[in-house]
Parts: sequence; C-alpha cells; structure tokens
Amino acid sequence: MTIGPEPFPGEHLLRDLAPQVLGAVMRRFGDFSAAEDAVQEALIAAARQWPTEGVPDNPRGWLIHVAARRMTDHIRAELARRRREALVVSQAPEPQLAPPADEAAALDQDDTLILLFMCCHPALSRSSAIALTLRAVGGLTTAEIAGAFLVPEATMAQRISRAKQRIRSSGVPFRLPTLRQAQGWPEHGRGATLRQAQGSPERSRGAADERAERLGAVLHVLYLIFNEGYATSSGPELQRTDLSNEAIRLARLVRSQLPGDGEVAGLLALMLLTDARRPARTGPDGELIPLAQQDRRLWNKDAIAEGVALVTAALSQGSIGAYQLQAAIAAVHDESPRAEDTDWPQILALYGLLERMADNPMVTLNHTIALAMVQGPEAGLRRLKTLDTDPRLTAHHRLDAVRAHLLEMSGDREGAIAHYLKAAARTASVPEQNYLNTQAARLRDGNDNSQRSNDPTIQGKPGAQVG
Amino acid sequence: MKYMLMMHASGAGWKDAGIGTWPPEDIRAHIAFMKRFAEELHQSGELVAAEGLAGPEEARIVRATASGVPEVTDGPFAESKEFLAGYWIVDVDSPTQAYAIAARASAAPGPGGAPINIPIEVREVMSAPPPEM
Repeated sequence: MTIGPEPFPGEHLLRDLAPQVLGAVMRRFGDFSAAEDAVQEALIAAARQWPTEGVPDNPRGWLIHVAARRMTDHIRAELARRRREALVVSQAPEPQLAPPADEAAALDQDDTLILLFMCCHPALSRSSAIALTLRAVGGLTTAEIAGAFLVPEATMAQRISRAKQRIRSSGVPFRLPTLRQAQGWPEHGRGATLRQAQGSPERSRGAADERAERLGAVLHVLYLIFNEGYATSSGPELQRTDLSNEAIRLARLVRSQLPGDGEVAGLLALMLLTDARRPARTGPDGELIPLAQQDRRLWNKDAIAEGVALVTAALSQGSIGAYQLQAAIAAVHDESPRAEDTDWPQILALYGLLERMADNPMVTLNHTIALAMVQGPEAGLRRLKTLDTDPRLTAHHRLDAVRAHLLEMSGDREGAIAHYLKAAARTASVPEQNYLNTQAARLRDGNDNSQRSNDPTIQGKPGAQVG
Repeated sequence: MKYMLMMHASGAGWKDAGIGTWPPEDIRAHIAFMKRFAEELHQSGELVAAEGLAGPEEARIVRATASGVPEVTDGPFAESKEFLAGYWIVDVDSPTQAYAIAARASAAPGPGGAPINIPIEVREVMSAPPPEM
C-alpha cells in the first residue's frame, strides 16, 4: 500500500474498516498492542489479496477472521514461550473469551472514538500520538507513515511500539467510562472552551472537563497531521500531501460520530477551507505564493462550499470555539473573489475573538496583520512592539516577517529589507526562506520580480529544490 | 522536527590526543557507548540517521572550476581547528529534547572513563513551511 492514489477499489473500504475491525478484535481478546499488530497484518494481507482475488462479500468479517487467527497464533506462541520458561505455567492466562466479535457490531461507532482517544492519550508524545493514530485508526502501514514523516521504517516501528507500551503501562481501559456516559458531552466541551476563554475561576475537574480535554487532544493531533501534509505540496514530497487527505478523512469520521459538536465541525471546515487553496499555494517550481497573490480561480470550489456550510451551521448553533473561529477566518478569505475584496474588518473582529479564547502569540501576530489592513501599517507596527518582549516569540522568524511586511506597507524600504533578511535567516523552512529572501531582493531591485542569479541571498542551497 | 547533532573533534588533538592514543579498554568503552547510544535512540523511535566519518587525513576538498576540470585538494585538516567527526539526525518534538540527546552524546567516555564533554553542534534540519493561518 502507498499513501496516494488508490491502488485498488477496496483501499478506502479497507481503511474505513480498520478501526472497526480493531475494536472488534480488542473486545474479543483485550490486548490492545497485540490486537493492533494483528489487525495491521490482516490489513496488509487484504491489500495483497483483494486486488487479485476481489473484495470478499463480507470484508469486515474477513478482516476480523484473519486478525483473530493472528491473535490466536500470537496467544499460542506466547503460552508456548511461557511453558518453555517453565515458571508460571499454571498461572498462564487463558485467552479471554469475550463475546464473539460479531456481537460487537453495534458498538463499532463508539470503538472508533475510543480508539482515537487512546491513540491521542496525553501520556504520549505528540509524534507518537500522530503515528499511532495513523496506524490504528487510519489503517496506514508503518512503512507508509515512516515515508510520510521521512524517518526510517524501523524507527517508526519502534515509535509505535513504544507508544503502545506506554498506553498499556498507563492502564487506560479500552472502555473509557467517561465516554460510556457521554450523552451530551460535546456541549460540555464547548462550555469548557468558552469558560476558559472568559477566564472564569478554576473549578473542580469533572468528567465533562476531562472529555473536553481529551477530545481537544484528538482534534489537535488531527490538526497536526493535516498541517504536516499541507505544508508540502509539490515534487518529491507529494506523498506527504496525502496526510492532509487522511486528516480530513479522520475528521469526517469523528464528525460522523459527533455530528452535534461545533469544534469537530469547525476543525473539518478549517481543513477543507485551507486545503481548498492548495492548488494555488505554490508555483511551478514549488515556490510559495502568498494568499494575496494566489490565482483564486485555482481554489477548490467544492471544498470551499462544504467548509463554508459546515462553519456557518456550527456558528449558528451559538457556541464558539477556536477551530470554528479559524475556519470562519479562512472562509472570509476563501469567499473573497479578489484579494482586495477581503473583508478585513470582519477578519479583525474574528481574530479579536480568537485572541480572547487562546493566549497564543501567533494569533496576536495574525491579529496585528488584520489591524494593519484595517487601520494602516502604523497601527500594526505599534501593536508589534507589545510582542517584542514575549519570550515565546524571541527570535521567531514570523515576528520579523510580519514587521518586514508592515514596514514595506508603510514605505520603509530599508527597514523592510533588513527584517525580511532577518526572518529568512531564522526560518527552518526552505520554501519560506526562499520566499523571504526573494522579497528582500525584490525591494532592493525596485518593484521588479526578477531574481538576479548573482544575488547571493537567493542562491539555491542543499534541499532548496525540495518542497 | 529534525535536528542534526554534529560532533566536532579538535584538529590539533586528532594526532596527539585522538582516540588512537587512548588505552585499549577506554577505546572499547567509548565504542560500546556509541553503539548503545545509537541503539537507545533507535529504540526510542527518535533516530533518523547516524554516521561516523573517516579521519580528516582522508578528506578532500573539491571545487568546480571554469575549465571544467574539478580541482581536488587535501582536506581541511591542515588549516582547520575543528572537523566533523560524526553526526546523528534525530526526529523529536522540541529543541529541548534535541539538546538533551546532544548532552548525552557529549558525555561519551574518554580516557579513564571520564566524560570527554566534546562539543556537539545542534542544527535544525530545514523543513516545509507552516500553513499560513
């Protein structure tokens, strides 16, 4: 299997079934770590056999059967190993004979959510949670995940295996009690978001708060997967862009389970509205094209329509969360026929709300840009001064990039050049560095876009052609 | 995020105080440490790549020239105070984690088993740009 265009018609089906099958096998055998391995093997077997032998009549049953057989083999081998060790034969556990997997069919819905909550457990590191989610819920192989994150397959296998060990040692039960009593919990989740935003006094952490927090962790992991894919969109890294599609697929999956949750809808909308611009975001050589200069005819109209409908419906329910606000901002951009038609006052208001909700200097930076677009560059530059002392932004290239942009708007050409170059030196992104250096070169050159080949600041460097 | 951890050895010390001048058991201990260190990074799911480089005496500097015939000269050893002895590339969630790994590498055992505290340069590997939101 590869991430990318479907190699055979059953590919999507396979990936949709992955969490259901894992849930069923876990209910029968208990052991998450071993069950996850068994399901992975069943998925690989299906990817090998189905294209030639055809998709079986009951694909879900087929996968459960194969995975259960692997589990039985695993348990037998485990028992044999223990007998060989001849220590605790009498205490060796029998396979847990829970109800047959088929009886769990009605529980599939919950299973997918519970699996996501497990894979995004706060005890896991960010990169571990991402890897485990893609494998256990997304049904991707270790090789595919390793390829997407450009690390060796053996390293990724270790990362996944350690994540499962950590889940086991943290004693997370498969039946999350807080989820079992979860009727109406999304409302609590939103409430918590707003309470935090309004800075209400600390109160005892109830089950609802924990659920909101855990759902927040799930949504954050999906958001990171999306960004990982969205960040690159051309050339040899084409494969990675499919992480965005995978994140969108998983967000749809969560939404199908929690259709009433505004933040789930908001995240899906944000992904769709951002992804819609992907075809216009890079030029033929992979160079970054800023929002204002993108050819908007290339934007994906269907994705925009779906995203706008989602976020409009979510906001009309009267509950507001950070993903919904970011989606609303993306929608304002996406709905402007031309950059100069952008409704900046509305974006400014939305960033104002977002800033009250999340104490995040990146949000403040974006708020500053909107402020400059509405009230002029001087207002933006004044606002930037308040960010200079924020330790979270110390030496951050975005601060320099925004300052350069505002200085250019205000007519300070020399100052803009200096800050574009400063930002270029500080970014860890090749395309962004090329973009920032080119901005500085353009200003030095007058308004001409030409790139002088003898200009040292825009010479290629290793890796510059990638991405 | 990925980081390259570069171990810089002193050019002056290479011949006079390099690993070749250590007692055999200290060399063995050092090599065992490096092997275990790489294995631990692999086990933790953080290792992307790790290589040691051959000595600077074998290094050559290559420059393309206008004539089309590349110019090959002896390596940087003669004029450099420091040279790259080896590197690791790790994939971690934060710079702090990269620094912690570098500190472990820096404490590799030297003569008498004492940590050599060799300088490790930590550089972020360039990656894709963040989304514009």
